[in-house]
Amino acid sequence: MMQQKDVVSQKVNNHSQDDINPEDILKILDEHSEGMGSLIAVLEDIQIKYGYLPEKALRIVSEKTNRSLVDIYGVATFYKFFSLHPKGKHLICACLGTACHVRGAPRVVAELEQQLSIKAGQTTEDKEFTLETVNCLGACALGPVVVIDGHYFSKVRRSNIKQLLDKAREGFDKVDIGKDERIFPIEVSCVHCKHSFKDEEFSIDGYPSIGLNAAVNGKKGRVRLSSLYGSYNVSTEFEIPQGMVVSFTCPHCNAEISDVSECPDCGAPLISMLVKGGGAVRICSRRGCKNHMLDLV
Amino acid sequence: MIKLTINSLDVSVEKGTTILEAARFLGFPIPTLCHMEGLSSYGACRLCVVEIGEGPRAKLVSSCTYPAEEGMKVRTASARVLKARKMILELLLASCPQSKTIQDLASAHGIRQQRFKQEYEDCILCGLCVRMCQEQMMAKAIGFRNRGEKRSIGTPFDVKSDICRLCGGCMYICPACQLRCTYNEPQKAICGGCANLTPPCVDKEQFDDMMCYMDPCVACEIKKD
Ligand code: FES
Ligand code: FES
Repeated sequence: MMQQKDVVSQKVNNHSQDDINPEDILKILDEHSEGMGSLIAVLEDIQIKYGYLPEKALRIVSEKTNRSLVDIYGVATFYKFFSLHPKGKHLICACLGTACHVRGAPRVVAELEQQLSIKAGQTTEDKEFTLETVNCLGACALGPVVVIDGHYFSKVRRSNIKQLLDKAREGFDKVDIGKDERIFPIEVSCVHCKHSFKDEEFSIDGYPSIGLNAAVNGKKGRVRLSSLYGSYNVSTEFEIPQGMVVSFTCPHCNAEISDVSECPDCGAPLISMLVKGGGAVRICSRRGCKNHMLDLV
Repeated sequence: MIKLTINSLDVSVEKGTTILEAARFLGFPIPTLCHMEGLSSYGACRLCVVEIGEGPRAKLVSSCTYPAEEGMKVRTASARVLKARKMILELLLASCPQSKTIQDLASAHGIRQQRFKQEYEDCILCGLCVRMCQEQMMAKAIGFRNRGEKRSIGTPFDVKSDICRLCGGCMYICPACQLRCTYNEPQKAICGGCANLTPPCVDKEQFDDMMCYMDPCVACEIKKD
């Protein structure tokens, strides 16, 4: 899930120095009022909000917490997670660890630098790409590894790079399906009546979809989800605005399929479905929230 | 009170005393670079290493940060300590060969030649200025930034700090920015003038604009007569 969160956090940027609202920073500070220990948490929230740590924001934090600016600056520059410069829309992380290095990572990085005409650590002028290097991602056997917007690419060669960058510009959520091993079809059924939700008549991503009845704001209709675990493609019969919490019912027994738990990301109720072969999958009922989890037994 | 032995001499000190303080109390010299009375100990330069423990469990620790413990056996000048100290000095000298303080320490420890590539850094990251600014000047205008090989000392965002009162305490205390008098010797030479009382200005031709920090200066004393 961490991976998804990263992607989301990297997309919300492109603020310039000026549109920092002191109120927002104060709000973040209020949420972490436990005192001195919460600096990193505060900085984390600012970084997620703006995509980087604006100087003005750090000055506000220093003023409000009575902490010297140099301490805050020290922490902000110590951790690689924090950035003092706005990042591009897409984050490219190329591994230059030992294993990747001997498998030709420097050439991959050089190629990336050339195609984007930036140096590692910089952002392209159009604010599309930020290129960073890391020292080992823990996937050495797959090296050279390049991570773009949270998607891992293994055994990257110089000749692949153009293609990867083009794909990144388009966005990965559309493409990957079918080639990515982390995406696989599942068949799910109702927790109450145990009937399968499989909708043979309607396919998404080339697989029969998961058909559910949905209701928002008094409107009712059919919602079909992709049965590929990891794909977010959906088809709805009526317009569901982004961010709305949808209540789902089983098309067979009409019982509501909600779960007691809440989405750890957005707080909306999770809905749970049984997975054929054992286990359950829980997805967030908020339109646009991509939280999902699979518990296999 | 805590009892310990330093170079086989028994001494009892109060709880919380560091090995360095105990050794100095007994009169054993331990060279230091990043330690200064009135500032907290930081343990950055490692020059003050001493050996504690016995047999295979003996280890080197920095005496300026290590508190004395009951029954501890400390050696301040064992072969291992001297070797380590010399190496530390050589490395410090390689990063800041122009620093008078480091040159003096090096020649005092019998280093006669520089083996490593000279970097001419302007900072050894001893943190004295940071502590000076924070603890004595109550300002906190400068601090450490970044990490690893990019670590540096300076103001946030590299702009003039509004807290800084230009007191100059950081420059006063800095061991790296006191330049040594190179005279016309090659950069790589180790001056040693102060250690063996042969400052370059004594027997070499007159060099008026030389900065000299020796106090009292042997050359000047000789010339006076
Ligand atoms: S060296 Fe690249 S993943 Fe380990
Ligand atoms: S004086 Fe002890 S480490 Fe520098």
